[in-house]
Amino acid sequence: MAAWLIALPTLAALAVVVTALLHPDTEIISHLAKYVLPRVAVNTVLLVAGVALFSAVIGAGLGWLTAMCNFPGRSFFAWALLLPMALPGYVMAFVAIGVLEYAGPLQTLARDWIGSSAWFPQVRSRGGVIVIMSLALYPYVYLLARNAFLTQGKRALEVGQTLGLSRRQSFFRVALPMARPWIAGGLMLVVMETLADFGTVSVFNYDTFTTAIYTSWFGLHSVTSALQLAFFLLLLVFAAVILERRLRRGAAYTSNLAPPAARVDLAGWTKWAAFTAATVVFAAGFALPCLQLVIWTLQGVQPDFRFAGIALRTVLLAASAAMSITAVALMLVYAIRNAGRLARLAGRVATLGYALPGTVLAVGIYSKLTWLNGLVNDLFALLASAPPRLYLQGTIAAMLLAYLVRFLAVAFQSVDAAMQRITPNMDESARLLGVAGWRLLGRVHVPLLRGGLLTALILVFVDVLKEMPITLMTRPFGWDTFAVRVYEMTSEGMWQEAALPALAIVLVGILPVVLVVKASAYAAATR
Amino acid sequence: MPIRLLLLLPVWLAAACAPSAEQVVVYSSRAEQLIQPLLERYAAESGVRISWITDKEGPLMQRLIAEGDQTPADLLLTVDAGNLWLAAEEGLLQPAGSTLLEKNIPAHLRDADGRWFGLSVRARTVAYSTERVDPQQLGSYAGLAEPKWRGRLCLRTAKKVYNQSLVAMMIAEHGEPKTEQIVRGWVANLAAPVFSSDTRLLEAIVAGQCDVGIVNTYYYGRLQKQNPQIPLALYWPDQDGSGVHVNVSGAGVVRHSDNPQAAVALLEWLSSAEAQKEFAAINLEYPANSAVSPDPLVAQWGSFRQNVINVSRAGELQAASVRLMERAGYR
Repeated sequence: MAAWLIALPTLAALAVVVTALLHPDTEIISHLAKYVLPRVAVNTVLLVAGVALFSAVIGAGLGWLTAMCNFPGRSFFAWALLLPMALPGYVMAFVAIGVLEYAGPLQTLARDWIGSSAWFPQVRSRGGVIVIMSLALYPYVYLLARNAFLTQGKRALEVGQTLGLSRRQSFFRVALPMARPWIAGGLMLVVMETLADFGTVSVFNYDTFTTAIYTSWFGLHSVTSALQLAFFLLLLVFAAVILERRLRRGAAYTSNLAPPAARVDLAGWTKWAAFTAATVVFAAGFALPCLQLVIWTLQGVQPDFRFAGIALRTVLLAASAAMSITAVALMLVYAIRNAGRLARLAGRVATLGYALPGTVLAVGIYSKLTWLNGLVNDLFALLASAPPRLYLQGTIAAMLLAYLVRFLAVAFQSVDAAMQRITPNMDESARLLGVAGWRLLGRVHVPLLRGGLLTALILVFVDVLKEMPITLMTRPFGWDTFAVRVYEMTSEGMWQEAALPALAIVLVGILPVVLVVKASAYAAATR
Repeated sequence: MPIRLLLLLPVWLAAACAPSAEQVVVYSSRAEQLIQPLLERYAAESGVRISWITDKEGPLMQRLIAEGDQTPADLLLTVDAGNLWLAAEEGLLQPAGSTLLEKNIPAHLRDADGRWFGLSVRARTVAYSTERVDPQQLGSYAGLAEPKWRGRLCLRTAKKVYNQSLVAMMIAEHGEPKTEQIVRGWVANLAAPVFSSDTRLLEAIVAGQCDVGIVNTYYYGRLQKQNPQIPLALYWPDQDGSGVHVNVSGAGVVRHSDNPQAAVALLEWLSSAEAQKEFAAINLEYPANSAVSPDPLVAQWGSFRQNVINVSRAGELQAASVRLMERAGYR
């Protein structure tokens, strides 16, 4: 019951998508089926597969290296490799294109020196968009995988080694399988984010389901066919979710709270290979894009004196969203833990909002809110004959509700993964001692879940910082955020002017990101 | 009794928050930095309170549809005639009924029923490299489909409404089959995958990736401001034919506005000579009010004959244009 209650706002938004199926626009659908869908489907599948693969390799690989191995710069990379998370994908995209394109400084330099840049790989290509999006999204996998490696304890590895596994074998055959729910959770976020992305792919002009949705909606003026395409997208996600569940059916991932494994000192070339891999990812995913943003900012952009107010509102919004959404995610995880299949389904449904393009979601939620508002208006008209007004929209509460639908998945994945570490035995022992219900949650689970909750808080905080379409649609007058400033500038192609608010997003995002890594390392060390 | 009072509380709060002075709420898809100075100036001069929210035009219209008669919006300000046409078509706007507006704004830049008015003119024209192109070779938009431009043409993505409107106007003029042939010719001539911004396209011409492209003039103006020596120039096509394709940014009074008189007054002020100069100059566009001269930098580019088909045709034919471009492989 509780789970379904939490899923209600998402269901309302999904209802808008599903009801569109009842009114097929056959002419447009047949046009889409012939000229658009085949290409878009191939593009989308290849993009998702490519980004998932890259993110998994980079995220899990570096997560393992920084959690379990010693190599030069490890303690720096441990938190620095998370920083790309503070850099929105659309910003990374326009920076990459600005720098790497034919007209950009690198190729221009190449032509000046050697006369040709024909050997330079085409940036605005499938490969280009996959690389950029992977660099923007791998931190989801990295953060969750690293947490898993840090908390799984050393006993399993020791057992593996006494059974004759080499270090490499014990990574692939023990540690990696044990970290699967975390890696899968991170990957699920990456996949859903990729499916819903509009900003990055449009900078690359790479057509996916999302861009097709926008074209049908705003170009062909067919909201109906846009929503029908969105339904396709949901089916894809549902399939991915079910596939992932199938793959690990019956497995349990609880831990015995053993002390963390000691880090292994890498030696010889492996040490430098690890260093190089971490450096390349950090430079490409964070340092170089930020450097370019700083250069653009310095190239004669006037400061905006409203920045302090914007900063305050941005932080306030992101913080309240992070706290409320994490709290709801905890309730959802808890509701599912103690309930049956139906509740689990509610959990799946409640987290689907993450895969819908932000604008579709924003419109879905907004129209339902307006409907609710109509009821309130009817009531007021009855009581006080007040003129119709918008009471719900343009309030922070409505905004937070919309963020909840969008980002519940983010918080859910990390809280849920952390909950997997708590054995049912612990619940039973607690109950034997007379601790049950909410007290069980408060006194036993929450302390144990601290790492997962913190991860959830940070992920949502940083995601809200970067979020555009929902903020644009539901914000009250004057509640501009840094992402809104970036939108204002980029919508007019003013990349250099967008650099300053983009940097501001990074700066606001860095601190919590650093804190969470320190905290998770601390938590693992003090177990 | 206390419960009844409690129920009424929100009403009181709302009433208490309602401004006593006149207020105009603007929904705008024209970027904030391009409207803020003017709206603030009007607020200071007239004492009318103005608040605004910006978003992409599609979501803004969906928002208006969803809000219906509960909407706080008074004025919808947006770019592209197609969007204005669609807003009127969806019943989101009401006639302004202002003879002053009809006098200030030429007939082809406004709705016949007075539901929206163009406020600035955006010309979409041909830009070329002054180093590699002799302007004599240029002529019309259709001419860019000729084989002599193979591997020399750059275009912006077909998803941008500016190109959708340009192709829509070509459909209005040449019909669908001929236009599709032209668009196929453009695609065959492309030197690089289509760009997502006019500025990048212009930079590609400067860098030598291609020689000609189709852009809105103000993007060229911005680059020219940064670098007056930039080896790029604008060409006015179709001067013997139907003229340069123009589009507008414009506004209309929201159908369910609580304060339509104040909205009309703001609109009238925006069309007046003093506001028009700044409205256009701030983004290096052309004033819609033909009595007002453009910014000196813009005036340098020379005068040209505009295509005077009513710009709302772009809206009517937009869906056809999008489908045509998808058929022709223009992404």
